[in-house]
Amino acid sequence: MALPGLTLMLAFHYLPLFGNLIAFQEYLPFVPLGRSAWVGLENFSVIFNGDQEFLNALKNTLLITLVQVLFVFPAPIALALLLNSLLSERIKRVVQSVLYLPHFLSWVIVIAIFQQILGGSGLINNFLREHGMSTIDFLGNPDGFIALLTSQVIWKDTGWGTILFLAALTQIDPGLYEAARVDGASRWRQLWHVTVPGIRGLIILLLILRLGDSLTVGFEQIILQQNLVGRPASEVLDTYVYNNGVLAGQWGVSAAVGLVKGLVGVALVIGANKVAHIFGEAGVYRKS
Amino acid sequence: MSMQTNVRVPKGIDDGPAASARIVKGIVLLLCCTVVIVPFIGVISTSIASQQHVTNSGGFVLWPDGLNLDAYKSIFNGGVVQRALVVSFVITLGGTLISLAGSTMLAYALSRPGSFGQRPMLMIVLFSILFSPGLIPNYLVVKEFGLLDSLLALILPTAINGFNVIVLRSFFMSIPDSVLDSARCDGAGDFRIFWSIVLPLSRAVLAVVGLFYAVGYWNAFFNAMLYISDTAKWPLQLVLRTYVINNTELSSGDLGGAAADQLPPQESIQMAILVVSLVPILIVYPFLQRHFSKGMLTGAVKG
Repeated sequence: MALPGLTLMLAFHYLPLFGNLIAFQEYLPFVPLGRSAWVGLENFSVIFNGDQEFLNALKNTLLITLVQVLFVFPAPIALALLLNSLLSERIKRVVQSVLYLPHFLSWVIVIAIFQQILGGSGLINNFLREHGMSTIDFLGNPDGFIALLTSQVIWKDTGWGTILFLAALTQIDPGLYEAARVDGASRWRQLWHVTVPGIRGLIILLLILRLGDSLTVGFEQIILQQNLVGRPASEVLDTYVYNNGVLAGQWGVSAAVGLVKGLVGVALVIGANKVAHIFGEAGVYRKS
Repeated sequence: MSMQTNVRVPKGIDDGPAASARIVKGIVLLLCCTVVIVPFIGVISTSIASQQHVTNSGGFVLWPDGLNLDAYKSIFNGGVVQRALVVSFVITLGGTLISLAGSTMLAYALSRPGSFGQRPMLMIVLFSILFSPGLIPNYLVVKEFGLLDSLLALILPTAINGFNVIVLRSFFMSIPDSVLDSARCDGAGDFRIFWSIVLPLSRAVLAVVGLFYAVGYWNAFFNAMLYISDTAKWPLQLVLRTYVINNTELSSGDLGGAAADQLPPQESIQMAILVVSLVPILIVYPFLQRHFSKGMLTGAVKG
């Protein structure tokens, strides 16, 4: 009974692992897979010798991760605390319904929507023009690209991100608040001494897991907007693999970069889980 | 409202915040909601505003001056958009069926500890969540299977999602063995038990997982860009990217041969395409919202 599902999974999730062999070959698309010449580690030289383009992609990837950990990660926590402090369940539910929605939209739709607001003939620039001010190039400015990406992620996923925190907040014993109040703690002190410790474990866990994913940053989101800002400002590891491999035909080199990225990525995720265990929280996977 | 009058303490940290705090909270939340909602209103408005209004307001209308359906008529005139819509529906429906069939059967096999090969299969599913094989190897496999330019390339590679299998499995595990055993005593085979007992008991979780698969198929864009070069097989997301994000002009030929001088403004057509791609998500959203936190938490807790 497991056969159809298992076959699909093996064919499209495990079989491709052998495709990584072309990282060690001089692969040409029109030569059958088994017949390309073996070239050892030659394809990996862009990584070891520090090819400019590769280093730039790595730098952008890590920079985007850093900015997003600083600005994207705390957003749902703040929103969850705000929602949790609402008295009216009804208002809370309405706000949740509105803010969860963007999560279900594709990146194509989100970016199309952002263009309507920030684009050259978008809402904001139309407003500026009407009032005789100079327009702002939000979408094509290489220096503002990371800010643009970050604001899009915040718009799309902050609401959705609150779910886990809201669930954790309901687990906090109301007696603790009662006790704090009796001791005369102000609302801010209750927040700091009861609420925050109550969700600290979850925050640490999610932060570690996010760091484990450091090398993966919004591939679809970036590839859709890359032609507006140019590759130097927007190239990340995943787009490097796509642009150099599928588009430019350097299959071996980009497979090598993809392979190393994948291996380091898995190591980071497993490492992150180990660290999470040390902090006493259940990781994403357990030996069931 | 003074703090002392509140005798019964609601859950959470509230015991009646000061009025100023309430106002600040209200403003912040209102702002958040506005930032999410206003773009949608603008998109819909631009798609139904009159030609003159769109031109006068520089291409983006916040509130329409009336109801003008020309943009919708032009995209449902047998052109590129209509074709892509059909492709997207075929992929979404077909894909969801294939995904659900494969995932539920796999999850059921994994849900009975001690059945043949259960542990290694579970490991295979769990490890698939941890890594992705990478873009180039995926492409090579799809190419070697001869799936380039086939709609199956948009379905099969993403058909089985390890996380969803685990969610289904943990639900199936909560069905008591005794129920299945009694059916077995009555002479039902494995498939019969699965079809007539397990699946009917699991309607809720099937709905959730099915909707998640469906949204995934509907939203998928990159695989189509990678594997499909025949524009007749483009799904809607790819059409959206080409004609809206990249701003390629929609000629009258793309729109089923309407006379060029009668076409509504490009902006309106673009926004109409955007609305068409949004509507299915908006329709299933209430169902998703009712179930998703439940489904997600089950998966997270029991995985």
